[in-house]
Amino acid sequence: MTASKTDIANAEAQAHEWPLWEVFVRPKAGLDHKHCGSLHAADSKMALQLAREVYTRRQEGISVWIVRSDQIVASDPADKAMLFDPMEDKVYRHPTFYELPPEVGHM
Amino acid sequence: MTTAFAPLPTTASASGSVASTTTESIVFAPTPLQAYLMRIGDTCLIHTQRLAEWSGHAPILEEDIALTNLALDLVGQARALLTHVGRQTGFDEDQLAFLRNERDFRNVTLVELPGRRAGRDFADAVVRNFLLAAWMNVLWSKLESSSDAEIAAIAGKAVKESRYHVAHAADWVVRLGDGTDESMRRTRQAVDRLWPYTAELFETDGIDTAAAEAGLGPMRVSLKAEWDAIVAPVFAEAGLNIPATGAFRSTGTRGVHSEHMGYLLAEMQTLQRTLPGGQW
Repeated sequence: MTASKTDIANAEAQAHEWPLWEVFVRPKAGLDHKHCGSLHAADSKMALQLAREVYTRRQEGISVWIVRSDQIVASDPADKAMLFDPMEDKVYRHPTFYELPPEVGHM
Repeated sequence: MTTAFAPLPTTASASGSVASTTTESIVFAPTPLQAYLMRIGDTCLIHTQRLAEWSGHAPILEEDIALTNLALDLVGQARALLTHVGRQTGFDEDQLAFLRNERDFRNVTLVELPGRRAGRDFADAVVRNFLLAAWMNVLWSKLESSSDAEIAAIAGKAVKESRYHVAHAADWVVRLGDGTDESMRRTRQAVDRLWPYTAELFETDGIDTAAAEAGLGPMRVSLKAEWDAIVAPVFAEAGLNIPATGAFRSTGTRGVHSEHMGYLLAEMQTLQRTLPGGQW
């Protein structure tokens, strides 16, 4: 298999660029870390500092996670129909058919 | 001298006379204790002014934001100190920042040295930030026990900021010093250029003595051992030698500044001197 021109260009760009990192910020104790963006950094230490600078400067969080973007395994968008559409008609998987006693109030 | 400014906006004319192009300087005669605090406040203020030259020019976007965040922390510290001294002397922070003459500024000379726009590189900014952040960190930690409750409170907030400034700057010192041949060469040049100005950070004079006796804050000389303890391991890891300290002593804390200070102030003060009391 021969590499396409695009593949070669991408590989060359990557060799000169810092890797990409995904940033997750926890807004406050008890809440989940939430994905908020990405950044380039030479290593994990720099990524953590720059994530703090870029994504928490308005008091957005109390904890930061960073993950190398190329370490994330993602589903293929082309498989979207196969993977997720079959759930469309299975409303019975939502617990919406229970009758709640009035004293339970809002759930 | 004729002015090159455009017609004055209407908001300024509402505040009264705007006819003159230059506002008179204030007459500022601080006590030794007030002068002690102005040394710290002015160091933060002038350091901020030089750091601002990097806004939009740092090597990467994220570091650009980091340098601006650093400058914003420093200007916050400067504002707190100038406001505090201003309350005792009848001036507001803007008057102290923008209407004092060069000789009335008491920042260490290190912070006024030429910056990015004069051709200094990123290594210069990194080394300068590190040497100063380490000094400010030791100073703030001692000011937390100041006899002046407001200074102790300001220090309590600032010491956290400065701890991060040290960590961030130290990281870059190691990256550049222990990086490529080119980054090492530039970092060594920056150290050689800036180091002679660090002696002033640890001098003693009557103002230091007065502050120490009043319990307001530490003598500069008492910061040396802890500063060394921060700087030495980082330099070692970065492969940088600590230069010998020569006989040269800069004198910014006594109000006698380098030839660069006048230009810096002219730019920093021009707006308030042209439109006194202007706000945004």
